[in-house]
Formats: sequence, structure tokens, C-alpha cells
Amino acid sequence: MKINEVPQDGAFLVEGKIRDLCYVVDDKGHYTKVLSKGWTPKNDAIRLAWNMIYENAEEIRRQVLSGILSPIALFMELNVMDVSILASYTGLPRRKVRKHLKMKGFRKLSPEHIRKYADALNLTVDELTDIERIRRIEIKHEN
Amino acid sequence: MKINFHHSQAAHCENGVTSNLLRFHGINLSEPMIFGIGSGYFFSHMPFYKLNGMAVTSFRVWPGLIFSRVTRRLNITVRRRKFSNPGKAMQELDRMLDKGIPVGMLVGVFHLPYFPKEYRFHFNAHNITVFGREGDHYQVSDPVMENMEKLTSEELKAVRYAKGTHPPQGRMYYITSLPGQIDIKPAIIRGIHKTASDMLTIPLPMFGVKGIRYLAKRMRKWPEKYGNKFAALNLSQVVRMLEEIGTGGAGFRFIYAAFLQESAEVLGKPWLNEASKDMTEIGDAWREFAYQSGRHFKNRNNGDISYDSLADRLMIIADMEEKVFEQLRSLRP
Repeated sequence: MKINEVPQDGAFLVEGKIRDLCYVVDDKGHYTKVLSKGWTPKNDAIRLAWNMIYENAEEIRRQVLSGILSPIALFMELNVMDVSILASYTGLPRRKVRKHLKMKGFRKLSPEHIRKYADALNLTVDELTDIERIRRIEIKHEN
Repeated sequence: MKINFHHSQAAHCENGVTSNLLRFHGINLSEPMIFGIGSGYFFSHMPFYKLNGMAVTSFRVWPGLIFSRVTRRLNITVRRRKFSNPGKAMQELDRMLDKGIPVGMLVGVFHLPYFPKEYRFHFNAHNITVFGREGDHYQVSDPVMENMEKLTSEELKAVRYAKGTHPPQGRMYYITSLPGQIDIKPAIIRGIHKTASDMLTIPLPMFGVKGIRYLAKRMRKWPEKYGNKFAALNLSQVVRMLEEIGTGGAGFRFIYAAFLQESAEVLGKPWLNEASKDMTEIGDAWREFAYQSGRHFKNRNNGDISYDSLADRLMIIADMEEKVFEQLRSLRP
């Protein structure tokens, strides 16, 4: 890549804080460093990954509201976690976590376990258990 | 306690921490030099190892190897520690800072407050240097950030004890002693030979040049195997790995070209400049692959680009990489 070809397609990176350092060739053929605000193919790849998460989350929310899946399943998705990551943050066995992803298992949770899940998912206990709030929260991408 | 530490931004976190730590101890090596001596260049495509349910494609060696190879090849002694007790991990960090020694450490990025939200996923092999403490705030040099950052002890503890795949478990490392004299020439040659052998001789299909061809072969089958949507997601993940923060562009290929250019001068071997140019072309070919892939996964009905045409590009890149490393393999002191 030449020095005048460095893309500056801003989307997620913040100038003056975090930008991509690119190694590029200058006019004389020497390698040098230039900061880039981003590049469209990469931004699109990141966006695609997040949109997939938001799509899944919308589907999970529907199932939470109809009483099939639990709020834990929704926030696990929004925290980009899977069962094994959530299990390791809560210290619970994966088998149990799988149970608690269902509304049926969720209803039987003790306050102590609810707290564990709330901590692992960066939420307060109220945020985790308030179904009305879940109906209202906005799941979408800003960019 | 504040240590006089110079933060310098790098493309990649492990190169950056290694380079910043060495500079603190009086050894000035550029990021490309670190990457080359540490044999950071690699390729692997591992269907048995998943990230977000998809095969991991990587353009670099396993985390931690660059630091350990660079220090070993320069005869620098280091100490590496991990702690089952977070309190102890923080205590030992404070003790080193009190002695005036900057400490490199592994952290998870998910809870790093200064990272953009879109980049925060459960990746547990990010490297930072902690070089001071003021009250409850630790001074942090994160090589991918433009400036120095601060973390509270709670935040630092949280990222040092991130959970999930390969938890960092409070791992930290620091330089304990230096040899009287640093000779980088033999280290450069060792580094290049190791990369050439990694790329050419591992007898498994997933690694090195063979790995690129393996990805090409699998990619052709993605649409029928996974369906259009998941195939596109797989393709986008390859692009992310290629261009994600920290590769310096084109999956480290440009950093390596810079390294070869610098080595040509240090070793007095002008032909390495030619190898550097070839490597730049390889990087450009990867960028073109990323660009075409981006068009493809964004607009799935694109007529002229298919998984087959993208795989053809990979086959060409594999040949180009093979040719360069066949040459580099014959490098003599």
C-alpha cells in the first residue's frame, strides 16, 4: 500500500484516541507509518457481525416476551457471550446456564443466582428481571 | 510511583509492549524489527478451533510467542508470572512498580473502558504495559491507543481476570536482566528462518502456505455447506482477522515488508529489498482480496465475485508467499 492510498473511512475509530496504524510505502519506496480512521471493507465486516447479533437478539426478545426464553438469553447475546463464557463469569456449570436460558429455569432462580447473572452481564438485578423494560429497550446499531 | 516511561503507538499490541519495554531498558528496536525477530508472521485456518462459532483464521503466531522469541534471541532474561489470587496479582504489580520496573501484562478487551464498543469482544490475549500508579489509578500504555490511558484498580483487576477462552489469570511479565551487548544480526536471521520454516514445512494442511490453500478449498464449499448468510459471516470474519486493529494492514504482511527493508540495511544484503517489494505486493493482493470480499458480503447478489473467484485469489497469494519464503529460507549470515 502506498502512502496516498491509506483509506480514511471513519466509522468506529476515534481520531486522537484510537486509529489504525498502517505501514505504507512513501514516494521513495521507504516504509513509513500512517494513521487510518478505518477502511470500508473492514467497517462493513464489523457492522455485519453486529447486525447479526442484533437480529438474533430481536428474535430472542420475541421469545422472551412470549415466555419461552429468559432475559439471560437476551443479554448473553447482547454481551457477545456464549454459554461457556457466561458459565465462566458466573462460576456455574454450563448445564445449569443452559437451563437458565429458558424462562422455566429462570423463574426458579434464587436471588443470589440472579445477582450473579446480573453482575456477569453488567446489569443491575432490576434491569435483568424487568420484562417491561426488555419490551422497550432499543436493539440497534448507531452507525 | 511514576516511572519515566515512553509510550509509543504500535500497530499490534504484543509488538508494541515488547518494543516499549525494550526501549525502557535502553534497546531501541522498531515494531517491524520486533515482529520479524519474534517470527510473528504466520497463517493458519483452524476449523477445529472456533470463534463465534466459526473457524479461526489467523495471520500471526500464537499470542505470547513474539515476546518470548525476541527476548530469547537477544539473550534478555524475563520473568513471567500468573496468580490464582487477584489480590496477590495486584500486590505483586505494585511491588514491581515501586521498584521502578514497568510490567507487561495480558488482559481481556471486553471490559477495557477506553476501547470503542464495537471492538469489545471476548478476546483475552491483549497486551498492555502498566508503568505507574497515582492513588487508585494505574497508568497504562496500551500500544494500540494513540495516548496513555488510565485504569482504576477495579478496572485493571477486572481485565486481568477476564473470563472465557484462555483467561489471562493475572499473567504479567517483565525484563529482569540484559546481556552486555545486543547483536541483532543473528537474531534477524533466526527470526526469518523460523518464519520460513513455519510457512513452508509444517506437515499439516491448516498451517503456513498450505493453510491458505486449505482456506481456499473450504471457502468454495461455504455457500452450499452453510447457506448464503452464514457463508457471508464467515467471509467477513476472515476480513476482520486480516484488517482488524493491530495488523498494520493486510494481516501483518506490510509490517513484515517493512522488517525486510530494515533488515536489508542492517545485514548489508540488498536482495532483501527485493523480497520486501514482493512482500508489499503480497500485502496489496490481500488488500484486494479484502476489498472484493467486502463487496461480496455486503451485496450478496454481486455477479462478478463469487466464493470461487475469491478462492482463486487465495491460491495466487499462496503461490506468492511460497516463492518469497523459498528465497528467504536460503538466507545465510
